[in-house]
Amino acid sequence: MSPTASPYGPRAEAGPPGLAPKLLGFCEELRGEGLAVGTSEILDAFAALEQVSWESRDDFREALAATIAKSQEDRRVFELLFERWFFRAAEAEAIERQIDEGGRRHEGAERLDIDELREQIRRAIVDENDGEMRDLVRLAIAAFGRQGEGSGVVGVDVQRIRRTLELSAGTQPQGKASDGAAELPPIDREQLNRFERHLRRELERDLIERTETLPPSRPLAELDRALPTSPTQDLAAVHRAVSQMKRRLATLGQEQRGKRRGRHVDVRRTMRASLETGGVPMHLRYRPKRPRRPEIYVLCDVSTSVTSASVFFLSVLHALHDSFRKLRSFVFIERISEVTEIFEHERDFREIARRVSSEGGVADVSGYTDYGRVWLEFLTEISDDLDPRSTVIVLGDARTNGREPHAEVFAQVAERAGRLFWLNPEPKLYWNYGDSVMAAYERYCDGAFECWTTRHLENFVNVVAGGVPVTE
Amino acid sequence: MEHDLDSCAVSRDQPQSAEEVAAGLREAGYLPGESAALVSYLAARLGKPILVEGPAGVGKTELARALSTYLDRRLVRLQCYEGLDEAKALYEWNYRKQLLRIQAGGAQGGWDEVQDDIFSEEFLLERPLMQAIAGTEPVVLLIDEIDKTDQEFEAMLLELLSDFQITIPELGQISATTMPIVVLTSNNSRELTEALKRRCLYLWLDYPEMEREMEIVHLHAPDLPEALTRRLVEVVRMVRALDLKKPPSIAETIDWARTLLLMGAEDIDRETFEQSMSIIVKHRTDIDLVAERVGMKLGAPTQAG
Repeated sequence: MSPTASPYGPRAEAGPPGLAPKLLGFCEELRGEGLAVGTSEILDAFAALEQVSWESRDDFREALAATIAKSQEDRRVFELLFERWFFRAAEAEAIERQIDEGGRRHEGAERLDIDELREQIRRAIVDENDGEMRDLVRLAIAAFGRQGEGSGVVGVDVQRIRRTLELSAGTQPQGKASDGAAELPPIDREQLNRFERHLRRELERDLIERTETLPPSRPLAELDRALPTSPTQDLAAVHRAVSQMKRRLATLGQEQRGKRRGRHVDVRRTMRASLETGGVPMHLRYRPKRPRRPEIYVLCDVSTSVTSASVFFLSVLHALHDSFRKLRSFVFIERISEVTEIFEHERDFREIARRVSSEGGVADVSGYTDYGRVWLEFLTEISDDLDPRSTVIVLGDARTNGREPHAEVFAQVAERAGRLFWLNPEPKLYWNYGDSVMAAYERYCDGAFECWTTRHLENFVNVVAGGVPVTE
Repeated sequence: MEHDLDSCAVSRDQPQSAEEVAAGLREAGYLPGESAALVSYLAARLGKPILVEGPAGVGKTELARALSTYLDRRLVRLQCYEGLDEAKALYEWNYRKQLLRIQAGGAQGGWDEVQDDIFSEEFLLERPLMQAIAGTEPVVLLIDEIDKTDQEFEAMLLELLSDFQITIPELGQISATTMPIVVLTSNNSRELTEALKRRCLYLWLDYPEMEREMEIVHLHAPDLPEALTRRLVEVVRMVRALDLKKPPSIAETIDWARTLLLMGAEDIDRETFEQSMSIIVKHRTDIDLVAERVGMKLGAPTQAG
């Protein structure tokens, strides 16, 4: 569209006036969020839109999504942006026409009675009344916002608000039998999920609205990449990154070993090839060489200084165990303890977290990390098993609490292992400040990375595979 | 959108609306979600492949089968696995037959003739992808579990998926005479390449909502009383909510419903559940977990009676 073109001229033929530029703008925004929306996708989208009726919002959205959002993650971003795009358009219109929402007026004027709200919400949930639920959810959010309890992380807020409203699946409201609330049937999981979806959506909208002043691409990216607070929620993303890692580690380092040595002749293919030469097997065909499975040792710090990150780390371990057969995992605080067994026999993540903390037996006296001692123990007990094929991954913040770091022992470990990587849950900025001795260890590592989001994890995987680091 | 749809033989069975597709799939014994019906409709209209992703056992493969029943087309299925190569997916020369031809016809006729002959279609073994586009009848092509193959194979598919043609060095290009509807399924065990995704419509299938799953069970086990169906679906959903190695699929839900019918169960109490649990849960560690978490929630048999 050249700037000189009349706004009503050539544009009009691409559907009703105004839609094409709007859609292009929408795609532009999707690209800003990291979706690969190419010209071919846009063409497809327009072709698809010709086939559906625009009266149904769902059809319209599905047709767009099917052609533009090509993974589940993309789809999630798409949904959020789609909401925002139309939400904003509506909101802008509303401001222009001076329309105020009932819910917003509530906010300042009258104090909300939490108990009443609680009961109303419960009723709406049982009735499965979506419209009502949405309004009430907004009220609830407003009430919490005033109490200053919003943490800014949507996942956390959802659970907090749910708890304060005393909503959980399969229970009756407690202690309220007198005022009639008990007449309502218990809420089942389905209904609760539905409510949480509303809650989540409204919180997200709220956040988007509040951060409106930022450039449009920012708020979502932030939402997206926040530290996974609920293990199950982000487990899938971690698993995905790890399964990528598996492929890359598996094919890594194959070159240096003798290429021709120990190859097996594939008789079937050799015979077939011999047809070219009249049945004389001139060219030998070899069976493709199966890459050897990498052996991985993961050492994970579970002390209090990394509490927030250890959930993430444990979920990384969890995912690693899913992907690698030859994996041994250790947790450490003051001492080191092998937890391979637990991960192999237990599936439920929460259960794993519980057992690791109760049976790990890693905190002896103080509960402070002692890296030096950990290396000594690791070297004496395990490092005989290390060989050049093994990869050691350390997950920890390198904060020794002032104790002897024993970097020379660490160097020995690094020497015996084929490769050694360090993932640090702190931003690079904080490394070597205070009691962090990252620099002492870093020079023996094949790579040290900051890692507290799945994005960092992907970055790590990329670098390990010899790719280019994802730009921040 | 270069494929001129009119020239291909799809116009005969071109659906007119998403509702029509939904109804058709329903008749074929598949209850599609809204998006499944719409995307299938778009695929038929636009002539684009569908990439279906989702957890195992939500009916990805079944969608292709239902599409083929509904559109009355043959289903050509290519099951992918690690190491799948062109010889098994596209075509292969029938060496043995070629050899026989050379030996049999060695006496008469010149070499040129033989050479022309042995690289003709008679000696071509058509593999699924080839069958799908070279046939005279339009088909539904199902490329199952594409994520199991290597990226090289994916690259090979690109020509097929965007232009519906295959290049064979000895024969030249073979273009589709009929437009197949292509369904690719993936369990998301690895990221597919952008190039492949770009050529497809994307459909994410998840476990159905409660109501729809009940409907599905009802369709396949109509004799099961409504109340029991609801209970069954509730329990299955409870099981899925746990972090299992292999959550129960829709097919297993149906199997379980049929088992309960055979057992003559009237309610799912702890005992019935423990007896028949192995139908929906198939890992030893999972069984322990499910017995502990779900079994406890179900009432004891005495309460039910």
